[in-house]
Amino acid sequence: MEFTERHVEGLKELLYKMADDLLIIGHRNSEWTGLGPMLEEDIAFSSMAQDKIGQSLALFELLHELGESDPDTVAFTRNAPQFHCSQLVELPIGEYDFSMVRHFFFDHAEAIRFEMLSETVFEPLAMVAKKFKGEIKYHTMHADIFMQKLAAGGEESFGRMQQAINENFGLALGMFEPGDFEAELIEAGIFGGEAELQQRWLDKVVPLLTSYGYMVPSVDAVEPAFGGRKGVHTPNLQPLLDEMTEVFSIDPGADW
Amino acid sequence: MKINSLDPRISRAELDDESKIGELHGSEHFQTYEVFQQIKRGTHHQHVGNVHAPNAEMAMLFAKEQYCRRGAAVNLWVVKTADVFVTEYQDADIFETTEDKLYRDPNSYKVMDRINAFKARTNNA
Repeated sequence: MEFTERHVEGLKELLYKMADDLLIIGHRNSEWTGLGPMLEEDIAFSSMAQDKIGQSLALFELLHELGESDPDTVAFTRNAPQFHCSQLVELPIGEYDFSMVRHFFFDHAEAIRFEMLSETVFEPLAMVAKKFKGEIKYHTMHADIFMQKLAAGGEESFGRMQQAINENFGLALGMFEPGDFEAELIEAGIFGGEAELQQRWLDKVVPLLTSYGYMVPSVDAVEPAFGGRKGVHTPNLQPLLDEMTEVFSIDPGADW
Repeated sequence: MKINSLDPRISRAELDDESKIGELHGSEHFQTYEVFQQIKRGTHHQHVGNVHAPNAEMAMLFAKEQYCRRGAAVNLWVVKTADVFVTEYQDADIFETTEDKLYRDPNSYKVMDRINAFKARTNNA
């Protein structure tokens, strides 16, 4: 099947939201470096944050091949309204309970999205999806074990984690905000769509959380934090971008 | 004045200039696990170091990032340090060997003669 202009637009929209999510969550999670709850976890969490930046680079490179600017320009010269990340990833790290639940919700969604994309007709993306399979598997394994152990870590631990789940759930649903080209992407076999992704994500995270002893809010009772995919962000994103691009902005043409 | 830190744990502790940092007791920090890494299937696991962790699953998570982040590995073992049975250094003399048992060392084999003979044969061929 030949790609029409709308297929390509839809593909770019998909790549932008994935790459932006990964760049911003990677930057956010790297803010824990040096502050982690223990040395070994500090290293593990920082290392996963670096993985996310690497994954975003691979997607920005695909966008470059599709005619967009080079990865550095795209990553470092846009302002908040031009970013397609979900509001979930741009929020400050908060305390470790919040960051851990966000990591759990985000990484399961990412794992399923990449799994769906390993079958995409756009082969370069299928290759990227397959390349990061093991990396992402470790990330979800890390999140699962922490969620499980912290549920069993006593009253304070359980209470804080449950509270963080309640806070994160609507934000996490915001990841699945439909794009403008859902029908085209599905029709062309590029991507199965946000609705299917959300369903598969729920089928994964709800039983896991329940098995650890947590309560999961009902999807119908929670307002999804939409807007991020269309450039509508919380006031937290622009300061993050200002900080992230501080060095780049001193000399945008510098050769590293 | 209360200490206001980037680290929320420090801020939460509401320390002031007069606060004494408490002593750390044995039960307040995690046990260690020894980490064994297998580079290739079929080869033996090698000890690469240890990690602090509250349980075996988290020890495995940490060990993967501490020791296998850059190099290839196919398998990991983590074992509670306390479960490793060790010899005492005062008994190190059990490993000593007397000089008259050098014939037990592999360097006692007259293998170089055969290797040189093989080389000579193949060079002439």
